[in-house]
Amino acid sequence: MSALRESLGFLTSRLRQVGIFVALILIVILFQVLTDGILLQPQNVTNLVVQNSYILILAIGMVMVIIAGHIDLSVGSIAGFIGAVAGVMIVHWGWAWWLAIPACLLVGALVGAWQGYWIAYVGIPAFIVTLAGMLIFRGLTLITLKNQQITPFPNELRALGGGFLPDISGGTSVLEWLTVILGVGGTAAILFQALKERRVRRKFNLENEPMAWFAVKNGFIAVLMLIITFLLASYRGTPIVLIVLAVLVIVYSALMNNSIFGRHTYAIGGNLHAAELSGIKTKKVTFRLFVNMGVLAALAGLVFTARLNSAQPAGGTGFELDSIAAAFIGGAAVQGGIGTVAGAMIGGLIMGVLNNGMSILGLGTDYQQLIKGLVLLLAVGFDIFNKNRTGSGGGSSMGRRFKWKTTPPATETSTPAKTEPVAVDAK
Amino acid sequence: MNVPILQMRGITKTFPGVKALQDVTLDVNRGEVHAICGENGAGKSTLMKVLSGVYAHNTFDGDILFENEPCEFSSITDSEKRGIVIIHQELALSPYLSIAENIYLGNELARNGWVDWRKTNLEAAKLLGRVGLSENPVTPIQHISVGKQQLVEIAKALSKEVKLLILDEPTAALNDEDSDHLLDLILHLKGQGVTSIIISHKLNEIRKVADAVTIIRDGKSIETLRLDQGQITQERIIRGMVGRDLESLYPDRTPNIGEEVLRIEDWTVQHPQDHSRMVVNNASLNVRKGEVVGLAGLMGAGRTELAMSVFGRTYGRAVSGKVYKYGQEINTSTVSDAIEHGIAYATEDRKHYGLNLIEDIKRNISMAALNKLAKRGWVDGNQETTVANHYRKSMNIKAPSVAAITGKLSGGNQQKVVLSKWMFSDPDVLILDEPTRGIDVGAKFEIYTIIAELAAAGKAVIVISSELPELLGICDRIYTLSAGHITGEVPIAEATQETLMHFMTKEKE
Repeated sequence: MSALRESLGFLTSRLRQVGIFVALILIVILFQVLTDGILLQPQNVTNLVVQNSYILILAIGMVMVIIAGHIDLSVGSIAGFIGAVAGVMIVHWGWAWWLAIPACLLVGALVGAWQGYWIAYVGIPAFIVTLAGMLIFRGLTLITLKNQQITPFPNELRALGGGFLPDISGGTSVLEWLTVILGVGGTAAILFQALKERRVRRKFNLENEPMAWFAVKNGFIAVLMLIITFLLASYRGTPIVLIVLAVLVIVYSALMNNSIFGRHTYAIGGNLHAAELSGIKTKKVTFRLFVNMGVLAALAGLVFTARLNSAQPAGGTGFELDSIAAAFIGGAAVQGGIGTVAGAMIGGLIMGVLNNGMSILGLGTDYQQLIKGLVLLLAVGFDIFNKNRTGSGGGSSMGRRFKWKTTPPATETSTPAKTEPVAVDAK
Repeated sequence: MNVPILQMRGITKTFPGVKALQDVTLDVNRGEVHAICGENGAGKSTLMKVLSGVYAHNTFDGDILFENEPCEFSSITDSEKRGIVIIHQELALSPYLSIAENIYLGNELARNGWVDWRKTNLEAAKLLGRVGLSENPVTPIQHISVGKQQLVEIAKALSKEVKLLILDEPTAALNDEDSDHLLDLILHLKGQGVTSIIISHKLNEIRKVADAVTIIRDGKSIETLRLDQGQITQERIIRGMVGRDLESLYPDRTPNIGEEVLRIEDWTVQHPQDHSRMVVNNASLNVRKGEVVGLAGLMGAGRTELAMSVFGRTYGRAVSGKVYKYGQEINTSTVSDAIEHGIAYATEDRKHYGLNLIEDIKRNISMAALNKLAKRGWVDGNQETTVANHYRKSMNIKAPSVAAITGKLSGGNQQKVVLSKWMFSDPDVLILDEPTRGIDVGAKFEIYTIIAELAAAGKAVIVISSELPELLGICDRIYTLSAGHITGEVPIAEATQETLMHFMTKEKE
């Protein structure tokens, strides 16, 4: 009974984190019912992953930029521009894919460095620099493409957008075994990691999530992963882009949590002055964030181009808005300092399921945009509402971090709290 | 003529998980200056928010009687209609609007929706006269000093025909001169029949102006002391606030002073905007191993500016001068250079410049020296927690764990986090800028003890403070600054408040 009460108290104290989980589940169930089960058919799940991969890649870089207190409106145009550059390199100049891909990422880095220079070292707000970048790189896209699409691309590049890992069973079995191995292995690794972190937290006397919530959360994640594994395995296996995405999520989550660079990013977004006075080279960190964003935007552009098998003048239009929305739905704070890569992925998936589900239902882009806009507004509105509700006793700018693994829950029942009450500054 | 103007009875206010106020009683008589004292987090500000309608009448229990009539305020507007005006610690003025516009903000003198500028400025000028401020009403607020801005706030309150004026730590950001002026004004207004409630940490101010003192501790009203009954003494107030007698406000220490660690020579700093102004002018000073050196000066003397310009040129422009450590000239032109050379600067404004308030304790502590916890750019989280737990214990940071968010801690505990952060960077020289600002008496003693321990551990400590008794209590040597010049260097044996004040007000040449 007390475990139940503890869990309930915990859930209300972290409505946001719980809310986004529930929202994703509800949206999936809703569209599963509305589409008569089409949503979770193996082929559609594969589509869902591939279709959203470039938004998710962008959302990784975007949430980092947002955590630092900036924004990037230019990523859609940069993705389009890199698609055009790839078209020229591969189709016109006949470069091999293994040369063109690194070259494109390098161009992306240079684009990011250009914007990072104006933002970090000249001090123009990111909103302005990237708004300018949105126009500049769209213009360069049109110039590069001479207003005409470039197509077709060789199969090696197209694999990045629509390819699958090879079937090791040689196509004889119902399930694709490599996918099953990867999926089950990945699930086990995630559970192992979660348990390990829980043990470490206990060792250092940090509050842990209530056992019930921990079990439900990780059980849910595991089941979800296994379902997706099964669905992918019963179609054509693991999309190559999913592997790329998984590697990025793992690397960037670790980077944001455990690297000096990631910590400095949070510090800058949380309090720029305090970061400066702590010896953090804030300009350098900001510059690198935009270089990184440029590289990820280039990668997204390559995936998108590969998937369409053509570099298009309007390629990437609107990507910036979807990736920004993903970051904010995923719990990033407008003022910076708060957000996670994992959260942005969930936010991106919510947007993706909405897109996909509504397309299956045959809703036009008119209604799709309307609904997506409302979802974004509600998600952030809920955030603010929740913050005002819980923050009234403490300082003014308290935010709750949406974080899967390391942020401690502020449980009122944790034992040390009883003996040492936290002094709350009433001002 | 003890006629009550305000009676608050049985006020109880709870926040989720915290009982901020518990059965609080407050009686204020007409025409008196009533001080409210209490440690940080005792509930003073909460009580004033209850009174002024910031917390609507249905969010707390208890009764408020103002001029013998019950009050049920839903917002500040309601309380202002009855003549209760609150001036918050952080001034609520719009920097780009003029003095007159600020005074009538939200209360514009208008005809049919159009502002009557002539009348606005004329009336504003009259109000400025009443508060003794000789400024043109059309001057933008950002061009006048904080002390004058405080007076504008009071003028604004007067424009609302205030009967009960509430001032939340009005002198926290003022220098002594401006503070005196403000306190005189409060007494002057008292003569005109304005009743005031003043929240203050500064006990000498309370003794100067208060007719009565109500002490709040842990959300409860402890007692009300009255001047006419001879109850208002520093010892009595302190005893009420902390619930115990403080034998000594400062820890005992025997200084063990060694070789010179840091020397600053001919330090000159220009104002970042006004290039003709030298904020620090040809200042030289030194600090030795195990020594606590004080920097005294009135507001605007250039103490913080001197410290920050040395610490990575974080203030000012065209900084010139030399910094020596152990006799070797060092380069401190960026913060990371300064930190690398073993200098630490704990800011006077911990909320804006010291802490990442939305981040937890351990990440704040590690912020200035992450590389000590990292290998090839990757931070060892376990080691970080171990380090933070060490400081939580040794500094007595009151929090459920090191994963607690710093924004939710009290001022004293936040300051301990700031100090932990700098101690972890393992400096040889610590510059502590107003280390006890906004901190209650009990926590102040803990901070003094930490400073004494740092000196005993062989660190060189520079303390900047506006409270002279504090400098006299903890320092071995005190420099005085006035208008950017070092005007005096006084060994502690010869230092008194009077001698220091003499140097602090001295004009060079």
